[in-house]
Amino acid sequence: MHSDRQTTCFLEARYFLALSRASKRKKGGGKHLSMTAKKVVYKLDSTLESVNEAEQKASELASGSGFDEDEVLRIEMAVREAAVNAVYHGNGYDPNKKMTLAFERTEKDLIITVADEGHGLDPEKLPDPLAPENLLKPSGRGIFLIRSFMDEVRFRSLEPGTEITLIKHVRSEAADGKEESK
Amino acid sequence: MSMKSSTRQVDGVTIIDLSGRITLGEGSSVLRDLVRQTVAKGNKKILLNLGDVTYIDSSGIGELVSAFTSVRNAGGELKLLNLTKKVHDLLQITKLYTVFDVKDDEATAIQAFSK
Repeated sequence: MHSDRQTTCFLEARYFLALSRASKRKKGGGKHLSMTAKKVVYKLDSTLESVNEAEQKASELASGSGFDEDEVLRIEMAVREAAVNAVYHGNGYDPNKKMTLAFERTEKDLIITVADEGHGLDPEKLPDPLAPENLLKPSGRGIFLIRSFMDEVRFRSLEPGTEITLIKHVRSEAADGKEESK
Repeated sequence: MSMKSSTRQVDGVTIIDLSGRITLGEGSSVLRDLVRQTVAKGNKKILLNLGDVTYIDSSGIGELVSAFTSVRNAGGELKLLNLTKKVHDLLQITKLYTVFDVKDDEATAIQAFSK
């Protein structure tokens, strides 16, 4: 659990250390695409290792943003599902296609975007996994779980691909924790 | 931590103790193979002990559903034992909690299988 102030400070420090490293790697042509003061963007291969990396980064950033353990779990699960969609359903594990992952922490929100280079997705046409006829289907729950775990979920069509934006509002309690950690 | 499993027999019931993560690429395919092999051996009363499962994603949920339907289609029964709060909540959200026969005591679970 990363709720105590010391751990929060540590994770915040790690986050900004990561920002610093991202800045240095950018010059060397590493996998970090770009960064601003508040946003980090990664371009990752379409592999399960990238899914695990996305999940891990989401967990660290959510913990560092002051979310409690349950919320951190929801955020990391949502990011994992979005990353699986991107590398598996979107990019089909194609080594020539990348997953773009971005984290942004604003005053009010934690914003995570995951983009693929696949054939696109129409979220309106996804079957309802809670419908009786779909309840025993082995797949089709990823987007549903993302919507269950995040406060806002948006889709945007790319050419090619799909970008999904996951937003979790920073509760006042979490925001207070962040303030205290400064 | 990737998924680990061990299998034991108690009163004609195959208990599969699972631990770690049941996720795409880590545990879900292992779980699928385990259940298939168990049924292929003629053991159609299966109790999945999820007490030490730390994490499950939609792929893992899908494998639990597949295991449930494949065992049922083979004329057997599959029950779940010792759900953690995380897994319990996931099954509630996905409305699968009432689909599975979920137990929190091993002896009671074994008794619940048809004789």
